[in-house]
Amino acid sequence: MLLVPCPWCGERAETEFRCAGPVKPPRREFVDKDDDAWLEFLYQADNRRGVVEEFWCHEKGCGEWFKLHRNTETHQFVIGNQAL
Amino acid sequence: MMTVSRRLSNGGQINRDRPLKFKFNGRELSGYHGDSLASALMASGIDVLSRSFKYHRPRGVQNRGFADVSSMVQLCGENESPNILASAQPLYEGLVANSVNCWPSVNFDVGSMLGLCSAMLPSGFYYKTFMWPNWHAFEPTIRRAAGFGTAPKQSPDGRYLSRYDHCDILVVGSGPAGLMAALTAARSGARTMLVDEMAEPGGALRYLHAKIDGESAIHWVQQVVNELQNNNQVTCLWNATAWGYQEGNMVCVAERNSRPSQLLGRNWKIWAKQVILATGAIERPIIFENNDVPGVMLCSAVMDAIGSTAIAPGKKALIFTNNDGAYDLVPYLDAASIEIAGVVDTREADQLSSASMAFAANVEVMPVTSVQKVVRDRTRVRGVVVGPQTLQPTRQRLIECDLVCVSGGWNPCVHLFSQSRGSLRYDDDIAAFVPHQAIQSTHCAGAANGRMTLSGCIDDGVRVGEKVLSQIGIQAPPEQRWNLSDHGITEYRIEPYWSSTTGDRQAKAFVDMAGDVTVFDLRLALQEGFGEIEHLKRYTTNGMGLDQGKTANVNAIGIIAQHLNCHPAEVGTTTFRPPYTPVEFGTIAGSQTDEVVLPYRHTPMTSWHKSQGAIIYEAGARWRRPGYYPHPGETMDDAIARECQAVRNGVGIYDGSPLGKFLLQGPDALKTINLLYTNCFDSLKPGQGRYGVMLNEEGLIFDDGVTFRLDEDCYLLSCSTGGAPAVERKLDKLINAECPELKVLMTPITAQWANATVCGPLARKMLETTKSDIDWSVGALPFMHMQQGTIAGLPTRVFRVSFTGELSFEINVSSRFGLEMWEYLIDVGQRWGICPVGSEANHVLRVEKGFLSLAHEVDGTVDPIDLGLGWIVNFNKADFIGKRAVEVRRKSHPTRQELVGLLPEDAQALIPEGAPIAPDRGQNQSEGFVSACVWSGNCERTIALGLLHNGRARVGETVLAWHDGRSTPAVVTRPVFYDPQGERLKM
Repeated sequence: MLLVPCPWCGERAETEFRCAGPVKPPRREFVDKDDDAWLEFLYQADNRRGVVEEFWCHEKGCGEWFKLHRNTETHQFVIGNQAL
Repeated sequence: MMTVSRRLSNGGQINRDRPLKFKFNGRELSGYHGDSLASALMASGIDVLSRSFKYHRPRGVQNRGFADVSSMVQLCGENESPNILASAQPLYEGLVANSVNCWPSVNFDVGSMLGLCSAMLPSGFYYKTFMWPNWHAFEPTIRRAAGFGTAPKQSPDGRYLSRYDHCDILVVGSGPAGLMAALTAARSGARTMLVDEMAEPGGALRYLHAKIDGESAIHWVQQVVNELQNNNQVTCLWNATAWGYQEGNMVCVAERNSRPSQLLGRNWKIWAKQVILATGAIERPIIFENNDVPGVMLCSAVMDAIGSTAIAPGKKALIFTNNDGAYDLVPYLDAASIEIAGVVDTREADQLSSASMAFAANVEVMPVTSVQKVVRDRTRVRGVVVGPQTLQPTRQRLIECDLVCVSGGWNPCVHLFSQSRGSLRYDDDIAAFVPHQAIQSTHCAGAANGRMTLSGCIDDGVRVGEKVLSQIGIQAPPEQRWNLSDHGITEYRIEPYWSSTTGDRQAKAFVDMAGDVTVFDLRLALQEGFGEIEHLKRYTTNGMGLDQGKTANVNAIGIIAQHLNCHPAEVGTTTFRPPYTPVEFGTIAGSQTDEVVLPYRHTPMTSWHKSQGAIIYEAGARWRRPGYYPHPGETMDDAIARECQAVRNGVGIYDGSPLGKFLLQGPDALKTINLLYTNCFDSLKPGQGRYGVMLNEEGLIFDDGVTFRLDEDCYLLSCSTGGAPAVERKLDKLINAECPELKVLMTPITAQWANATVCGPLARKMLETTKSDIDWSVGALPFMHMQQGTIAGLPTRVFRVSFTGELSFEINVSSRFGLEMWEYLIDVGQRWGICPVGSEANHVLRVEKGFLSLAHEVDGTVDPIDLGLGWIVNFNKADFIGKRAVEVRRKSHPTRQELVGLLPEDAQALIPEGAPIAPDRGQNQSEGFVSACVWSGNCERTIALGLLHNGRARVGETVLAWHDGRSTPAVVTRPVFYDPQGERLKM
């Protein structure tokens, strides 16, 4: 189980959080594109190996939503250039 | 049955001043403090502990601790538990245990007849044989025959706890390497945790003859443990199995209470900066025919029996080995006055180390020989057939003995290392898999790291301890010095030898004792093409049961390599997964069950509801609210019908407090609402409300509710009770994470406002008699409008929204006034015959109106057009969540399931919710389902809603709902059964 660095509460157990997947480019940039581009935006994920920016919510803690960088290969969280 | 005590007159780590009484299979027996259940049984002369899983063969003690997987018993009494390993269960006063897998008794078991027709049960037998008509027809009988004890019928009398902890260094295992590593860490001042699965620390040092720093091994252990326990930076846990190694360098440790107590177990989740796995090694057997007969034991198990519990497990022993480790046993056998029939060694004579030769000086050593078969009586070894490895029958010889001590080498216990995602490599020197590359901050020490001598283990413990300290920047203590003497072999050599059987169908030579997997099973699986180790494991179930790869895996790999004529490294290992040993569900759950995790929520009016005898249960999102208020002598149906009539003809009142409520404030509040809902809110004026449907980005309905504009930039959004947590999460994510540029603040206020909804044709008349400054007339307060004011001096918001289809006023007050307002309204309403209404009547009323209910009609697969709500989807709006998806879906004009009304032909027939609408007795694909079906007093019949393929075009058709093994015909109608024009709610 990971220790997730909540910007408000510090490192807390992963079970307190909800991860809502990688951060996508803003929705508004795709709303007017053709169907294929829109569906691509909706359903296709890069599933990148390496550092990915993700949405997290400290659901069973302070309740805040925030973004975190996580290395999908090592599960290390990265803040600035600093691996935690 | 006559039994003889096998206890030696002195020695061992048992406390002879503390005898303990216990009961096994109904027999009163006794042992000593320090015994395991298995050792106490062995001392009492009991050979057969259990019957095996598939063939019901008698099984006794073979191995040590948690590796002795065939010693499974059922612990009885208040805290009954199946899957208890007798060898790992410390004995306590009054313990009661029974054998498993046997009927009528362990000594005469009907199921063992299976053994006689065992040709019927090769690997994959169940898959191949029980295919027609389907597996489920056979499963109950097979499960009964192949049980692993029985699940306790009662909840245990006690509780489980869980705990989090953090440390610098976690050491798993308190054998020589683990103790040295922990000592090194502790002396540096690092926060250290040491866990061991056994009741007492020391690992193999509990039975090994050696002197460390001039002390006997067990005294040295006690000294080290004393030092650790007196260090306040150190936590030691015994009886605590590290059973799961997770991401984030977190290790799950299940701490058992080995004696009856209120605290049954505790699960620790320990995050460690560095983990040292000093988990030791597990001795593995060599496979030969009848290798499971009681009396066949691993050399280390015999040493343990003699050394730590002072038991002579037999009178005449034969040693069968392929390595030097087994020669350590000779002095133990001598000390216990066990006659040695000889040493059968598979190696050439010149491969034996000189130390081994010295140990075996007075014993007959038979090189290049193997045990080919055990000769047995009903329950125990009577002798062995030994012969050359070429299996020439002419040169075989029978040796009488009642104890066969086997050693096929040692497998480093790499389970946790592998769980941590570390890779393994095959080490030819010790013929076993050893840790290779770690992925997390994981280090192995001692035998777990492939060190097979005592001095090597101690040395490795110090070395790894120092290395780990330097990695977390802690100064290591001055070099640890120790000296070792009088110990066993100093050099470990092995020549891999896996099995002396060719794997004939009839020869019962077991690789996996827990799952009864034989060499023949492995061979058959290979013949059938399951050459890939992961496939073979699943097909044969080798190593999949209690064993979890402790003894069975490496032998299986060796045997496969032998058959495929390749190197074991090429066969590779299967993946090790948690748990390392069985862990009770209770331990995993801890105290975090039911209401501790998800407490119920109550409205401020709950005490009143209870005083009126309301039946209260959950109505979504853990809110408890009244289902109905039965009068004395009324049935549930009577009460619901009465409450419905009150709302349709008089006045009712219900507690709507759990309804989800959110305040949206800020210049972008309108923009946010327009993005959330499919319709347009631009024209909404302060004081007005509008119904809206919220979609997800897939264009499917997520929630619905009414939004009121309270002020210029202030909106009150309401949503379904059950959907409120998800709506909150979605809103929060949208506003704060995805579109932080939106200038809007969201405040959940569900619990801050209590809601008493007064509804029915007399509602206005009644409210006009309250003490209030609110103008209740339809001109001042029309449908979908609101007013603020006071009622009985309490500040109030009144909303004209209707979920029942009748004239309806939602009266909202601050929660603290909820009960006061409710009681006032009930009081005023007496004159009008006001009737409290529960959620059941509400449900009937909304079905009569065809209003949506989440989780009934809205099941996550429907869009608004499916439900006849096309009018609410404004495609002219620039954007709303789900717009593109609905457009894409509707482009191809698909025929979909649509909301319809259903009138069962039998006006009394009720169709269960969820019943499929399917022609042809349910055999064909369903065309939809019944989402709700109720008795409607107003219609004087049952009515239903459902989703039906192309439903709106099929009004008038008769369809069949399939349930309870029969079809109920129903006529398709429009989904509204009462006041289709919606005039009553606008009165």
